[in-house]
Amino acid sequence: MIWSWIPGNAALIRQLTLENAYLGVVPAVIGLIISVPLGIACVRWGWLYPPVLSATSVVYALPSLALFIVLIPYTGLTDTTVIIPLTLFSLCVLLPNVVDGLRSVPGPVRQAATAMGFGTLRRLVQVELPIAVPIVIAGLRIAMVSSISLASVGQLIGVSSLGYLFIDGYQRDFPTEIIVGLVLIIALALVCDVLLVIARRLLTPWQAGRARREIPRLPGRAARELPGGVGAA
Amino acid sequence: MSFLSYAWDWLRAPVQWHGPGGIPIRILEQLGYSGLSLLVAALIAVPLGVLIGHTGRGALLVVNIANAWRSIPTLGLLVLAVITLGFSPLAWLIPLVVLAIPPILVNTYEGVAGVDPEIRDAARGMGMTSWQQVRKVEIPVAVPLIMLGLRTGAIFVVATATIAAYIGLGGLGRYIIDGLAANNYGEVAGGAALVVVLALLVQVLFVGLRYLVIPAGLRKQERPT
Repeated sequence: MIWSWIPGNAALIRQLTLENAYLGVVPAVIGLIISVPLGIACVRWGWLYPPVLSATSVVYALPSLALFIVLIPYTGLTDTTVIIPLTLFSLCVLLPNVVDGLRSVPGPVRQAATAMGFGTLRRLVQVELPIAVPIVIAGLRIAMVSSISLASVGQLIGVSSLGYLFIDGYQRDFPTEIIVGLVLIIALALVCDVLLVIARRLLTPWQAGRARREIPRLPGRAARELPGGVGAA
Repeated sequence: MSFLSYAWDWLRAPVQWHGPGGIPIRILEQLGYSGLSLLVAALIAVPLGVLIGHTGRGALLVVNIANAWRSIPTLGLLVLAVITLGFSPLAWLIPLVVLAIPPILVNTYEGVAGVDPEIRDAARGMGMTSWQQVRKVEIPVAVPLIMLGLRTGAIFVVATATIAAYIGLGGLGRYIIDGLAANNYGEVAGGAALVVVLALLVQVLFVGLRYLVIPAGLRKQERPT
């Protein structure tokens, strides 16, 4: 490690970190915006879910680099080329969680809401979606962490992110730069993860006392089906 | 011109299909790297997952690894490995194995730890030793999840092996990396199309394998995931 390299390149590092954060957060957020209505539709019309789920698991298996390349003729060497595949991956992770979350609403709770005179829409917005929040956020955490990490692959097609430090460090045979990139991506992912945990606590205050007793567990099924594509790389 | 027409024009040229850099060789390379990495990862992760799932020791560690591994940028790990280890096979094998272990480990752990306690009790009641319980009951019941872990690991390995072309590995990623360097989009598109097809075939393979290895008694109660 050559520590002096870091302050000497602080401006570059800051800019790359911001670009990487943008490329990671935007796909997860768009994925969330699409997956909530899609998940609601899948719960409402149950026959829709199996084919949609199969489609997402196929998409999830595709390597991100290959998807970036497929998009080059249409969106060029721009941020969009990286954001679209990462959005698709986020969607694949989020959709099962949205559906599981909505299905986790206990029947009596639903009936109580109906008995109180809630219509379908109001029940959805005020009762079912809030109850689904913890499971949905568990999926969002995975989607965001994966996107932040995968965004660096976009550097191979020239879309700027912390991946620049990997490419540049490799070409210059300079490990410090690569390690800085690795640490910053993991740190960025960790910061976003913590922010989402805080968001979940704020959105579900009724769970405050409960969390402590919970046995640590994986965030839903999506945790197991990974990544690959996404994840992968 | 669309992606498909670029890819098709490149793929149908006979010159791509012959010689040491030809498509058949590259496909075999890609399958070789991926298969070897997955095998090594499985040999480490499955026994470890069974052990942790059976004893319950180290469960917290497994859960944390599962959450952390997604944040590791594959490209960064690959270039770091090649810079520190030089151009030896270990430079790509270690990152590929390290990245494939978590999904296999976590799913094996979950599969074994999630065995119904009543089934465990029944096995013990029949006089099975701890080792017999593991071998005859817990592992067979965990097979669906172990297979899921292997499939996830395989997807990950195929994708990462593609990126590993950047550090000089052969395989289909070569076309993408070399094509990008030469500004030859046809080659890049052809390589990407092959990678996509290969990734889909790996999926199909695992769907088939899953059907073959899941014990008949478990198949009935299985629900589509």
